[in-house]
Amino acid sequence: MRIRLQRFQAFDMLNYVVLAAVSLLCLVPIWHIAMVSISGEGPANQYIVGLIPIEFNLSSYANILRLDKFWDAFGVSGLRVVLGGLLNFLLTVMMAYPLSKESSYFKGRSVYVWALVFTMLFSGGLIPTYMIINELHLIDTIWALIIPGAVPVFNVILMVNFMRQLPKELEEASLVDGAPQWTIMTRIYVPLSLPVIATVTLFSVVGHWNSWFDGLIYMNQTENYPLQTYLHVVLASRNLVNADENSVMASLTNRSAISAQIILASLPILIVYPFLQRFFIHGIVMGSVKE
Amino acid sequence: MKITRKDRAFFHLLLAPGMLILFVFAYLPMVGIVIAFQEFNPTKGFLFSEWVGLEHIRFLFELPDTMQTVRNTVEISLMKIAAGLLVPIVFALLLNEARIVWFKRTVQSLVYLPHFLSWVILGGILIDVLSINGGAFNQALGTLGIQPIFFFGNEAWFRVMLIATDVWKEFGFSTIVYLAALTGINPALYEAASIDGASRWQRVVYITLPGILPVVVLMSTLSLGNVLNGGFDQIFNLYNPMVISSADIIDTYIYRMGLIQAQYGLATAIGLLKSLIGFALIVTSYRLAYRYANYRIF
Repeated sequence: MRIRLQRFQAFDMLNYVVLAAVSLLCLVPIWHIAMVSISGEGPANQYIVGLIPIEFNLSSYANILRLDKFWDAFGVSGLRVVLGGLLNFLLTVMMAYPLSKESSYFKGRSVYVWALVFTMLFSGGLIPTYMIINELHLIDTIWALIIPGAVPVFNVILMVNFMRQLPKELEEASLVDGAPQWTIMTRIYVPLSLPVIATVTLFSVVGHWNSWFDGLIYMNQTENYPLQTYLHVVLASRNLVNADENSVMASLTNRSAISAQIILASLPILIVYPFLQRFFIHGIVMGSVKE
Repeated sequence: MKITRKDRAFFHLLLAPGMLILFVFAYLPMVGIVIAFQEFNPTKGFLFSEWVGLEHIRFLFELPDTMQTVRNTVEISLMKIAAGLLVPIVFALLLNEARIVWFKRTVQSLVYLPHFLSWVILGGILIDVLSINGGAFNQALGTLGIQPIFFFGNEAWFRVMLIATDVWKEFGFSTIVYLAALTGINPALYEAASIDGASRWQRVVYITLPGILPVVVLMSTLSLGNVLNGGFDQIFNLYNPMVISSADIIDTYIYRMGLIQAQYGLATAIGLLKSLIGFALIVTSYRLAYRYANYRIF
């Protein structure tokens, strides 16, 4: 008995060490870049900064913050997150509520459901989609980044599944009291779905913030780039730039400048993430596991 | 329950804007697929461009790049799927054995983090950290006496890095579903097993693993639908001309053919083939998931 007890403790010790090591592995690379970004340019370029800053200074941030290009991109991303997040939220709720009704109760539901799911199964592909956006003259407007993804099908499904689990008696009682569907939706279903609404809104806001490929293809003018597209272009050109030829690019692509831009571009997520974490775990589990 | 005509009209009204957007941005592009069968000329538009039938598709099968790209895509995604299933399960089991609550919470917060950062940001970090010229990881290997490795400049290592960094980004987030399954196991089973003298290992093998098996089956069947997606965001942000022949996947190929080289008909033809095979794969995986794990989307 005693021997077995000790073996358990050995396993526990090892397990805690492994878990701690694995979680540090997820943090340390980001931490390292953050430390490079607040170190002096000399130590950064000599690759001698580890996990603590050397010659601490914020000059790389000061340089980046003076760059109009960076602020343009930051502004585009900010606007995109607000407008896109709002539109995603509205359309998700508007579509999920009727689709959460039983087919016998809401005729036509299954047609809508299939039209929705089919877009997840089959798509026109990159070129035809690009041509539609082009035909509609959305190129170089913020709407090219917002409207094509305005209906987040996966989020709608998550919310439908959540709403279907809410007790039907709530709706029946309100109907008996003479409440119209609008009231039932906004006063009962939406408030009760707050955990899943928080989850899908987090997904869509993070998605909008992190999105870069649509910016790359739908924006011709670099001042219309969202932040991640701008960063992608800077990072992609870091190996190509000759300092003598292009001083503007070179000032963006030295190691401390790159590190500062990486950290600034991830900062909003690093800030909101701890607050929203408890919502998404709850929301995912409740929306995806069915009875 | 009775439903009035007004209620039904309200439901249709709520669905109308979303359906209109889906029609324009998801269904209209499906019509645009016709340019896969045309010598597309942007000034004439797809109504008046010249039809070439299956010419592009025939040409695709003759191009050596196409087959290489398809092979790369399938190899990369199969390896990602295998690693992406195994690592989160093992991690969830280990985390489940940890009893200190604050420790568990901290670990979870840290491992979810990379999931929320874009591949642009992570690509920037990883290329720096794994660089051969003084990258932190190579420096750490150096202290162990290992020569610096050019992780992103060598075809074999590049593949390994694609799998490793994909697992690194997503394993934490993927554990959520397994942790949820673990909390669903009846604790009385563990008590009964302990009383019968089952060791910790035996409890894992005979209670925990069978307990999460349905979720494992579900996740593996659903992942089948992803075989033609090698991970465009990741590869596009990490690859370079040195590794292009082993890292080029269908999506990066379509991007280069279509938007860089303006071969609209050819790129759309590849996209069409990808969509068709992808459709078959997703439908199959949903069927299997329904059959073996009783999973339904709605």
